[in-house]
Amino acid sequence: MEWETVIGLEIHAQLSTKSKLFSGSSTAYGSEPNTQANVVDLAMPGVLPVLNTDAVRKAVMFGLAIDAEVPDISVFARKNYFYPDLPQGYQISQFDKPIVGLGHLDIELENGETKRIGVTRAHLEQDAGKSLHEDFAGQTGVDLNRSGTPLLEIVSEPDLSNAKEAVAYMRKIHTLVQFLGICDGNMQEGSFRCDANVSVRPKGQAKLGTRAELKNINSFKFVERGINIEVERQIDLIEAGGTVVQETRLFDPDKDETRSMRSKEEANDYRYFPDPDLLPVAITQELRDSVRAELPELPEIKKQRFIDQFELSEFDAGVLTSSRASSDYFEIVALATGEAKLSANWVNGELASHLNKAELDFADSKVTPEQLTSLIKRITDNTISGSTAKAVFEAIWNGEGDTDQIIEAKGLKKITDTGAIEAIIDGIIEANPGQYEQYRSGKDKLFGFFVGQTMKASKGQADPAEVNRLLKSKLDA
Amino acid sequence: MHNKSLTELAADLRAGAYTSVELTQHFLDRIEKHDGSLNSFITVTADIALAQAAEADAQIAAGTAGPLTGIPMAHKDIFCTDGVKTSCGSKMLDNFISPYDATVVEKLKAAGMPMLGKTNMDEFAMGSSNETSFYGAVKNPWDTDRVPGGSSGGSAAAVAARLAPITTGSDTGGSIRQPASLTGITGIKPTYGRVSRFGMIAYASSLDQGGVFARDAADCALVLSAMSGFDEKDSTSSEEENVDFTSSLDKSLDGLRIGVPKEYFGEGLDEGVSTSIKAALEQYKALGAEIVEIELPNTGLAIPSYYVIAPAECSANLSRMDGVRYGHRCENPVDLEDMYKRSRSEGFGSEVKRRIMVGTYALSAGYYDAYYIKAQKVRRKIKEDFVKAFENVDVIMGPVAPTTAFKVGEKKDDPVSMYLSDIYTLAVNLAGLPAISVPVEPVAGLPVGLQIIGNYFDESRLLNVAHQFQQATDWHKQSPEGFGG
Repeated sequence: MEWETVIGLEIHAQLSTKSKLFSGSSTAYGSEPNTQANVVDLAMPGVLPVLNTDAVRKAVMFGLAIDAEVPDISVFARKNYFYPDLPQGYQISQFDKPIVGLGHLDIELENGETKRIGVTRAHLEQDAGKSLHEDFAGQTGVDLNRSGTPLLEIVSEPDLSNAKEAVAYMRKIHTLVQFLGICDGNMQEGSFRCDANVSVRPKGQAKLGTRAELKNINSFKFVERGINIEVERQIDLIEAGGTVVQETRLFDPDKDETRSMRSKEEANDYRYFPDPDLLPVAITQELRDSVRAELPELPEIKKQRFIDQFELSEFDAGVLTSSRASSDYFEIVALATGEAKLSANWVNGELASHLNKAELDFADSKVTPEQLTSLIKRITDNTISGSTAKAVFEAIWNGEGDTDQIIEAKGLKKITDTGAIEAIIDGIIEANPGQYEQYRSGKDKLFGFFVGQTMKASKGQADPAEVNRLLKSKLDA
Repeated sequence: MHNKSLTELAADLRAGAYTSVELTQHFLDRIEKHDGSLNSFITVTADIALAQAAEADAQIAAGTAGPLTGIPMAHKDIFCTDGVKTSCGSKMLDNFISPYDATVVEKLKAAGMPMLGKTNMDEFAMGSSNETSFYGAVKNPWDTDRVPGGSSGGSAAAVAARLAPITTGSDTGGSIRQPASLTGITGIKPTYGRVSRFGMIAYASSLDQGGVFARDAADCALVLSAMSGFDEKDSTSSEEENVDFTSSLDKSLDGLRIGVPKEYFGEGLDEGVSTSIKAALEQYKALGAEIVEIELPNTGLAIPSYYVIAPAECSANLSRMDGVRYGHRCENPVDLEDMYKRSRSEGFGSEVKRRIMVGTYALSAGYYDAYYIKAQKVRRKIKEDFVKAFENVDVIMGPVAPTTAFKVGEKKDDPVSMYLSDIYTLAVNLAGLPAISVPVEPVAGLPVGLQIIGNYFDESRLLNVAHQFQQATDWHKQSPEGFGG
């Protein structure tokens, strides 16, 4: 039998606000446990939540960017369950009145076609704290630094037909939220993660199969692998006469399997009801307009502009606009140097590989756009050669100074002075009479020897074109 | 000293008749002497009170004192007080020292009022007799065999027995007005949102409202002015401009239109209470007011609606009492579930458990629409009744409670009969309106309270209407035997 896969994703994007969704505590990552938890985050008796308006703006911005409905009123609701890292005993989330309604975005398929994916809704909610099971023997530690951090849960329609599409969609959202500046997209730190609802059905059947939910996947690789394994599991199960049960499953990348966490029967009844501590959130036209005015250029539009304005290839433009930081970096350098193609090569080449190796983001690059600009200018004004430029880049990266300082300090300036090069060549010929004689008697291959010797003697600084020209005239004279 | 009004006390302090330290010590002595028979305090904070009084004396000497500086007070133990046990009347929080001050506490501290202590209350404010407290029942100073009402029973008894000039309270379904009525003092529950709820331990968030007990309306006006105001820490607090509630106390009541709902004089109302209330209405006529009969047709639905909404909200509000970060934790839990179950079973009393279970049920999948949503619809209808009535009248009057104070133990095992004692007060919370209880003629030696309900944010008028009555009568000046002299 032929099978068809149906996938919907719930993406959790941590909004990059300074403070938490309902308290003034910092959201910075990596602090000592429980140093970023005030009386509100600890859910002390008597405390009350106060909504962070910046989180509201960021959610509205996401809604506008995916062309979604942003309703006049949205409501926070309490989702009730007990867990030690959930201090209130309920999560403040949104239920039947989310801040962002139906929207959509387009993904590119492998065959080059685009496919429109529906976004059912996006809602604001608090993140929970962290339970630390390893650090204390026989006990569980609770770190509430993350407790109350604002999340935007972005729920897709079940429009995704395979793992590759799911990854393409997730990447698209990942790029978008970073472009909008509403989420740092850091997957290692858990700022961007997803749950995948996966089901299969015989091809052509209208009714959806029973779905399993893969929880908390925090890399694109794992999304693809997790879904593929789960699809395989479901098909094998059904073909062997079994039935898929609705349940929450965990993808274990080490064992390369998915396994059951809890079934529907064990699922909590969350007893959602409107949170009486918070007023309904009113989104005015004024707010929508002011957020719309702040909306940055979206990735697809920017990519096309790079192709048009800078005459970049589709590929280069695509790579550069895969993040806002890389596109911003490129644009600063391209405009300052007037050399778009060369700038793109440097940004996508040398810089990207250094960043990759150091696991740094463009925003944290050790070579600033200004430094790369001056480096490229020294290439185009013929001060240094391309190969020397790589060495200079390396030196800037290592913090040895700016372009001109390094060229000066290391004496890397190209030697273009004909007289100086001639003097070197004369010295080489004099020192190698045997080779000179052989060349003169027809051993053309030895030309390379003389080039090499000359460059070596000039410590690589002689302009190679000039060396070639002068050697030819002297040797062949 | 303990029979003087706040204005008189403030004048004496300024004139140097006595110091705040002396005044504070006087009330501490009275607590020491009398509270054994009343049990109105859970915690007495003598050291704090005297230190604050000394500060107040310095301010008075320096001429920087405000109208309340140096006058001692006590907080219902539902208000979080930094560094002081805040139990909410529960074993669950018996070991809880709050790390912060409630906004109300902060404000009265800033006003220079020394804190005598924390008053007894029904556990988590759930009760109408102050018998659900982990710290034992509070006794009514008018008859120590009787209850003082609840849930702010300790605060009411303390003021009635002159153990504190004023106390704070909270009112979710009548918890200020009913005990004020049963102990013969004046108690005001402001409009929902007038007083910040930050730091006032939540029972039912959409109904809870802090307020104040005093012997008369003028004192209430003075303290309420200091307690009120928008608080950025409470999203439901009102941005309504704050007013000095004392400024219109002396307005004449000539032409005042008083609505009297016929539903408030039906079956269940004690005849003596009814007679007292009607006599008070006659008094208002004599003061120039006009009595208008009105209808509040959905009054009977207030109890069922309240007993869905309040438990639903409390079932979530009390989830944080899980034994993890503070409060009672059971001994030697075997696992997480065991810790939750036993900590909560041991920490909560039976009335609290009853309401958590009712609320959990009402919010459950499959029941939510039939209970919670339906109750919210009824709530809107009740509110509409009042809005319509206030198109024609300035205030609404009726009894606070159907009877005078009942005997300790009388209704303890009959929750429904206990719930019925709040029949006249619940609707006001559901609608979010302000209301005040004012002492009128006692019945068989037991106090009776007249309830005056005002329009939204019309506390000034409420206090004015109550004050004018108190200018013409002296029911509010009567004190329980053994506590007045």
